[in-house]
Amino acid sequence: MVLPAGEDTVKIGAPKEIFEGEARVAMTPDSAVLLQKLGHSCVIETGAGARAGFSDASYQAVGVAVVKTAAALYKAAEVVVKVRPPAEAEVKRLTQGQTLISFFYPAQSKELLEAANAQGATVVAMDMVPRISRAQKMDALSSMANIAGYRAVIEAGANFGRFFTGQVTAAGKVPPAKVLVIGAGVAGLAAVGTAASLGAIVHAFDVRPEVAEQIESMGANFVYLDFADAQDGAATGGYAAPSSPEFRAAQLAKFRELAPEMDIVITTALIPGRPAPKLWLADMVAMMKPGSVVVDLAAERGGNCDLTVPDQKVVSDNGVTVVGYTDFPSRMAAQASTLYSNNIRHMLTDLTPKKDGVIDHNMADDVIRGATVTHQGRVTFPPPPPKVAAIAAAKPKPKAVELTPVEKRAQEVALFKTQTRNQVGLLAIGTALMLLIGGFAPEAFMGHLIVFALSVFVGFSVIWNVSHSLHTPLMAVTNAISSIIILGALLQVGSGSWLVLILAAISTMIASVNIFGGFLVTRRMLAMFQKS
Amino acid sequence: MTIGIVKAAYIAAAILFILALGGLSGQEKAKRAVWYGIVGMALAVLATIFGPEVVLSTTGWVVLVVMLAIGAAAGTYVAGRVKMTEMPQLVAALHSFVGLAAVFIGFNAELELGRIHALIAAGTPEAADALNALAGFARVLAHKTAAEVGILKVEVFLGVFIGAVTFTGSVVAFGKLAGKIDGKAKKLPGGHYLNAAAAIGSLLLLVAFFNGAGVWSLALMTLLALFIGYHLIMGIGGADMPVVVSMLNSYSGWAAAAIGFTLGNDLLIVTGALVGSSGAILSYIMCRAMNRSFISVILGGFGNTTGPAMAIAGEMVAIDADGVAAALNDAESVIIIPGYGMAVAQAQQSVAELTRKLRAKGKTVRFGIHPVAGRLPGHMNVLLAEAKVPYDIVLEMDEINDDFPTTDVAIVIGANDIVNPAAQEDPNSPIAGMPVLECWKAKQVFVSKRGQGTGYSGIENPLFYKENTRMFYGDGKKSIDTLLPMIE
Repeated sequence: MVLPAGEDTVKIGAPKEIFEGEARVAMTPDSAVLLQKLGHSCVIETGAGARAGFSDASYQAVGVAVVKTAAALYKAAEVVVKVRPPAEAEVKRLTQGQTLISFFYPAQSKELLEAANAQGATVVAMDMVPRISRAQKMDALSSMANIAGYRAVIEAGANFGRFFTGQVTAAGKVPPAKVLVIGAGVAGLAAVGTAASLGAIVHAFDVRPEVAEQIESMGANFVYLDFADAQDGAATGGYAAPSSPEFRAAQLAKFRELAPEMDIVITTALIPGRPAPKLWLADMVAMMKPGSVVVDLAAERGGNCDLTVPDQKVVSDNGVTVVGYTDFPSRMAAQASTLYSNNIRHMLTDLTPKKDGVIDHNMADDVIRGATVTHQGRVTFPPPPPKVAAIAAAKPKPKAVELTPVEKRAQEVALFKTQTRNQVGLLAIGTALMLLIGGFAPEAFMGHLIVFALSVFVGFSVIWNVSHSLHTPLMAVTNAISSIIILGALLQVGSGSWLVLILAAISTMIASVNIFGGFLVTRRMLAMFQKS
Repeated sequence: MTIGIVKAAYIAAAILFILALGGLSGQEKAKRAVWYGIVGMALAVLATIFGPEVVLSTTGWVVLVVMLAIGAAAGTYVAGRVKMTEMPQLVAALHSFVGLAAVFIGFNAELELGRIHALIAAGTPEAADALNALAGFARVLAHKTAAEVGILKVEVFLGVFIGAVTFTGSVVAFGKLAGKIDGKAKKLPGGHYLNAAAAIGSLLLLVAFFNGAGVWSLALMTLLALFIGYHLIMGIGGADMPVVVSMLNSYSGWAAAAIGFTLGNDLLIVTGALVGSSGAILSYIMCRAMNRSFISVILGGFGNTTGPAMAIAGEMVAIDADGVAAALNDAESVIIIPGYGMAVAQAQQSVAELTRKLRAKGKTVRFGIHPVAGRLPGHMNVLLAEAKVPYDIVLEMDEINDDFPTTDVAIVIGANDIVNPAAQEDPNSPIAGMPVLECWKAKQVFVSKRGQGTGYSGIENPLFYKENTRMFYGDGKKSIDTLLPMIE
């Protein structure tokens, strides 16, 4: 047993996962290097990284101590980092003041929570990290879901006898595969992106209409369900909530309509804290073509498909393969370990604010508070609601009502009528006003008034056409033109009165500043506009 | 030159002015249009000077030529020296001249009228001789009937009133734009009641003046009007200056038209009305771009909100030049959104250089311009043109707003309110409903900004907290300059 130097530093230890088939590891050599930069020292159980492709030697090469047994590791480490929730035996190993960071699912495993608390350990549940922007770097659920989504498509492809992409070859024409993804969370979106990039025609469905944009941005068609009472996912922290029976009926009808066409169906629908909703029923599987594939990412929680058997691949009577694996991330252990260990490392970075190797479990911090489920002998789950709302509430989008031609026509007529009424009204008022003025004013004045009124109209109609980008030159040129007022000054310069002469002279001067300044500056501006 | 030829020249000038304004519908046509304006102005001035209505003594000629020369020299000097970023204050300053000229000319009309009436009242042979010797404007005045004199008084009064409001208003606008006066909206205690009181006072003085109260009532009204102009514009915040400048532009036109009525000069009326209505339309276009009524802009400040503003989730994430450069190097399409901050930082040359480099690499680079970006309508276009950014990649808001979702990188340089998503998302926001550039729909948004402060309107901007937004802190010009060598 090799212990690193610096006995006073906190040791971070990663045991070998004992869960059957689990290949991931919570610490990689890369993450260990970064953890050591935080002032921590690292320790790992022998063979912990082997199934993810990290040998003991690769850990030792970056200064990680390797211990022979899990017991030794739990003894040596002050912070234990893990992937799967601890088994009973593992909980027993926890000691007073020790910290465990792993997936925990406290809502589903109350006894485990109590047991861990009884041991006096602090437990940070990676699945409880709040969904806020700042915590995204430690959002292990998302990083694992991303892998699951990708892997689901790969598994589907491995069990699907055709190409994803349509091809026209000398040996014949191949139609593209049609993929339906149900549930557009992180996993669903990853599946959409992967399938689309393999060349399949992808449809995706989600109960939250606001994800339509995300689905379309990944290259899939959003399966639109015309239902008035759609969910606002933002209200539930970005997760789906159970839907009403009417909605469910509409949803299933839509799926039945799609089922015969689909070659591959990937279901990812999960509702937090509940069994997975059954969405792909036996009759739908029966409607699918032989050789089609259903991949159920919700298998661990009972599955979205009636036929799903957790951890197994089954073939239906009509030759549809239903994949119910629950360990998609583990099937890509190297990738999953890299991402997960980074999530863990970010969590530890937040727990070590001073980067001095001292864990400061700051319960005032929203993220740390949210993820911590037991601390100092108390169960701290469920956490208080976070101070900031996770996602800004989505605004209900006003639906563009398609108007029939008759309605459109009626609207146009109504608009025309109002406009006519307004214009006639204005004209009537204007005429009355003119008549009033005409009754009193002398003839010469009325002549000028005609000129004035017409000019105003010309001004109005000319300016509407001026290009937006030329508004500043317009301003400068109208300014220059408004110095036509110089004519008034010129007419008065000939006056016999000294006072008048002086005022007229000053006016002439400032107006001519305006003429020259205004026109020259306009020319300068316009000269700069050039085409590429 | 007979009066007929002078009138013919006026008609030509009026048509040339209309062509000059109408020609501004396109960049290429505009260059020709300015010449129309110049020729029209030259025609009008020369025809007036050499026409029969202006009879000048030697002194008069000397004064005229000297004044024109001084004005021309000063105008040319200013126009040549001004920086394009200082364009708003220059335009505002020039407006004040028109206003002041209108005030002087109005007073002159009243003084001449007084002189002539004194001569008529004297009734002596000398006075009769003097009356016969009158020429030009004074001669016209001498032949006016009582009703015509009454109308004339109203016209003089209006011309002086509008001119005085324009004068102080423009001076204040100049001060605010030049940063010599604090840009914040300020009002004396009493607010708009003071303005209303001054306006009512002016109306009473008009009645007094109409009934022969003399020059004092005109002078007193001028003081009131000067106060209105000052107080009105002081009460309007800096962010609304584009509207204010175009409004003052409109006023200066109306002042010219009123003086035209006074002098019975149709060209003045035509031109004044053209400028007045064009300024009014421009103000209307500006207000519509901000989704605000003209009245609310004039009354100053933003309207009261009806509820608490929406809380903003997330945090501002800073990024350094390396990160921005990497994103730009990867991007296919880029949209740059400049704001007043670009003008303040004088960053337009650097932005243009960045544009050239990115375009040279085959990337699509375009500019999205909000109608009220900057402190003058079209301010950004002029600055970008100065920096030789080709105008066909400079698009206005409506042309480019639909393209953001397909854009890789949007760069916001010194703009704030015009890219504020709260205008669409938060019905309680003071700017709710204002059309904005939807840059947050781009894949990535970089905001070049000096610090975390709010914009001119003092409203928090949720854009800065969006997940795809990164804050690129620092002086706009310096930030862009550090980017330049990293783009390759």
